[in-house]
Amino acid sequence: MGLLAFALRRTLQLAPVLLGLTLIVFALQALALGDPVRAAMGQRGDPEVIARIRAEYGLDAPLWAQYGRYLARLLRGDFGRSFRQQVPVADLIVERLPATLRLALAAMGLAVLLGVAAGVTAAVTHGRLADLAMMTVALVGISTPVFWLGMMLILLFAVTLGWFPISGYGEGDWRHLVLPAFTLGGLHVGYIARMTRSSLLEVLREDYLRTARAKGLREGVVLLKHGLRNAALPILTLIGIGLGDLLVGAPLTETVFAWPGLGRLLVAAAANRDLPVVLGATLLFALITVGASFLVDCCYVVADPRVRFAGGRR
Amino acid sequence: MRGLLKHRGALAGTVLLLTVLAAALLAPVLAPYDPARVPTDLAARSMRPPGREHWLGTDLLGRDLLSRILYGARVSLLVGLAVALLTAALGAGVGLLAGFYAGTIDAVFMRLTDAIMAFPTLVLAIAAVAILDQPGLLALILVLAAVQWTAVARLIRGQALSLREREFVSAAYALGARDLRILVRHLLPNCLAPLLVSTTFGVASNILAEAGLSFLGLGIQPPAVSWGSLLSEGAVYLTAKPWLVIFPGLAISLTVLGCNLAGDGLRDLLGPHPAG
Amino acid sequence: MASFDTNSDLLTVENLQTYFFTDAGVVRAVDGVSFRIAPGETLGVVGESGCGKTVTALSILRLVPDPPGRIVGGRVAFEGTELLALDPERMRKMRGSAIAMIFQEPMTSLNPVFTVGDQIAEGVRLHQGLSRRAAWEKAVEMLRLVQMPDPERRVREYPHQLSGGMRQRVMIAMALSCGPRLLIADEPTTALDVTIQAQILELLVRLKEEMGMAVMLITHDLGVIADTAQRVVVMYAGRVVEEASVRDLFANPRHPYTQGLLDSIPSLEKGAGGRERLKAIPGLVPSLLDLPPGCRFSDRCHLAVPECRAAEPELRQVGAHHRARCIFA
Ligand SMILES: Nc1ncnc2c1ncn2[C@@H]1O[C@H](COP(=O)(O)OP(=O)(O)OP(=O)(O)O)[C@@H](O)[C@H]1O
Ligand SMILES: [Mg+2]
Repeated sequence: MGLLAFALRRTLQLAPVLLGLTLIVFALQALALGDPVRAAMGQRGDPEVIARIRAEYGLDAPLWAQYGRYLARLLRGDFGRSFRQQVPVADLIVERLPATLRLALAAMGLAVLLGVAAGVTAAVTHGRLADLAMMTVALVGISTPVFWLGMMLILLFAVTLGWFPISGYGEGDWRHLVLPAFTLGGLHVGYIARMTRSSLLEVLREDYLRTARAKGLREGVVLLKHGLRNAALPILTLIGIGLGDLLVGAPLTETVFAWPGLGRLLVAAAANRDLPVVLGATLLFALITVGASFLVDCCYVVADPRVRFAGGRR
Repeated sequence: MRGLLKHRGALAGTVLLLTVLAAALLAPVLAPYDPARVPTDLAARSMRPPGREHWLGTDLLGRDLLSRILYGARVSLLVGLAVALLTAALGAGVGLLAGFYAGTIDAVFMRLTDAIMAFPTLVLAIAAVAILDQPGLLALILVLAAVQWTAVARLIRGQALSLREREFVSAAYALGARDLRILVRHLLPNCLAPLLVSTTFGVASNILAEAGLSFLGLGIQPPAVSWGSLLSEGAVYLTAKPWLVIFPGLAISLTVLGCNLAGDGLRDLLGPHPAG
Repeated sequence: MASFDTNSDLLTVENLQTYFFTDAGVVRAVDGVSFRIAPGETLGVVGESGCGKTVTALSILRLVPDPPGRIVGGRVAFEGTELLALDPERMRKMRGSAIAMIFQEPMTSLNPVFTVGDQIAEGVRLHQGLSRRAAWEKAVEMLRLVQMPDPERRVREYPHQLSGGMRQRVMIAMALSCGPRLLIADEPTTALDVTIQAQILELLVRLKEEMGMAVMLITHDLGVIADTAQRVVVMYAGRVVEEASVRDLFANPRHPYTQGLLDSIPSLEKGAGGRERLKAIPGLVPSLLDLPPGCRFSDRCHLAVPECRAAEPELRQVGAHHRARCIFA
């Protein structure tokens, strides 16, 4: 089965998940709009506003009809209007999305690079001091709150050493990206290092590595080509899950570094009780997660011929 | 050699956790000051760096940071443990039912958890908090449990799926046992080990989640104090008065590290279960 | 110490000692093993499971997993080069080009994520510096040589698409692709169906004739040796207990262990079809951590006398080209 056919099939399998996602967000919306006065954020809500919300969301229709209407609008790219700013939520999201994607990709790239390097080192030095040191650092990394790590990095590298700016987007200057990416990716360096180590340790016992050595291959080729390629599946899975986890950290990291992304949009909207923006950003986070795991599934197929022929994972 | 180090790690984790727990319980005895009291000589006491009088320094209102961290531990641990227990109960219940009955129930369960798990947990929690509008402590615990239970449920479902095929289940049926009895007497006890391991890791992630929400100003609200809310208050003065951020963060890190170490140890002790 | 005419040998192994340092204690998997192989010769190495055959082979290639294993003594010379003293880089270049090895487990010895063509071509490119294209063609040619059906198609397939017999053919193709002077075949047929076993053995014999390399054929099965080898080394618990030409060994086995092995072949005349695993010798292989004093075979030997347990016998000359480690030999 080719990659394309696989991608098509996975897309079909995604349909129920997407339906579930929207249903959850719709349920939250219905819950909130049950009391439109409060939802409108006007503790001093004036009847005109309430009437407008009633009309906009069709609150007088039955729930299933409201859901249908909601879906139809989503399909047209209509996420509603911000209560606060009177602009379409979609516009706000489109404005903020690039910064978040940039940060998430940089963070994941960094995490994969450092995590795999640390994990391979640990596996190769199995049981020795380097292994222990790597795994201790990884464990401590996993145990540190993302945003606190960010603030500690600011103290050390921005305030004390002055290597990087304290915060802000800096019009895309890479120096502004370094500390936030480390912050957001830090946790995953630990996860990926641990997973790389344990799955590579398993692969290191395999007979085919002995075959590779018996062929006269260099140890580096044996480890990185024959070993890591086989250890890649659990690592890929972790990256797929990790992208979701990474986004958990996005609101926090973006807040610490005043990074103009989706996460900060969400936090600010939540503080202002700007319901349409909150729900729109929430939905988008979920869509990014689903998209990421879809991409990872496709990588699976490329990475392991057995998955390709079995026609899907699991 | 590694085995020994592993045990030492698990031991260190347990000791760490017990220490934090004891500190939280004994906060009224241990705390050198009233955590909420604003001193009369405020000007002299505001934002003092760590020193002899205030070991960890004071905040803007001259309140003793050590005392606030000790009292904050109570809220942070309470949330962490309460959410973990709720999550375990909910996750075990739903997971057992889905795994045991399989079929349609299981299919619905899988689709539902697929959908919930697509949301980054903190994002969903933020949305829920925004809709609930300033939830209190109890509501906060419920919100966190609502977004965290799926992973446990998936774990227990997998466990139940494989257990129901085992001989002792058919043996129990042969003896005329009913579904409920089999679930409670045969499946549940066999799921306890992975449940315990995942709950230990769960406490860690709940503490982190609470801290994150509170840091964003969406969790614990003043005058109540948690480690996350301390960080939220201190973050503004990060560059000028770093101790306000360093110490509460250390408290979180050490506690979470303790949970992770203990969880790793438990997992080794109880056998190879894919928890965490 | 035995002395060999080293000059005419392809491979000389002398007093090889390979130990595993485990938590339970030091496992002396290979404990003072000596033998030699002449160019173009087939040497059979026989012995029950766990006697150290694979570890001996891995020691020659210096592929013993370290930790826990380590070659602690002895020498291995190939064409006059001391392999144990060679720097790692030059040793690496010997593997696959001068000395190649086929492993016991065809199901797990191929890398699941690469096509068989890639895996054969990889060694060829490395040792012979062929282009990607030429190496690929060489891979097809090698598959044809090992009588793989439809080689042009198979070369693009992954190991999981092949049967056990076909995988072992791939292993053989891979091992022979760089024209080694010594092929170590570690129980190449044990894991295969009986009917396939005979085919693979015949293939090995034929290829050996065509290519003229020496073969070290490791097996459980003396019957296999009778058809293929010129000389035999019999191992027991990390030691060589008897060494002879095939003819001498079958006509006149001197060690009780060898006699037991021979008696346990169901029917030699029946040929390759009906062989079973060795089983007739009473008792179990002793643990290498807990060997009996004196002769290591003494607790299973029907001839054993107190003297056998007093001191371990030397491996001594009992005929022109025949040596055995037994006081009755
Ligand atoms: N990695 C290892 N760690 C510890 N001991 C080992 C290891 N590899 C081999 N051994 C020990 O070395 C001894 C010889 O093993 P070896 O694999 O050479 O046996 P063998 O003769 O090839 O047996 P078989 O016919 O089953 O392949 C065994 O007793 C085994 O316990
Ligand atoms: Mg072997």
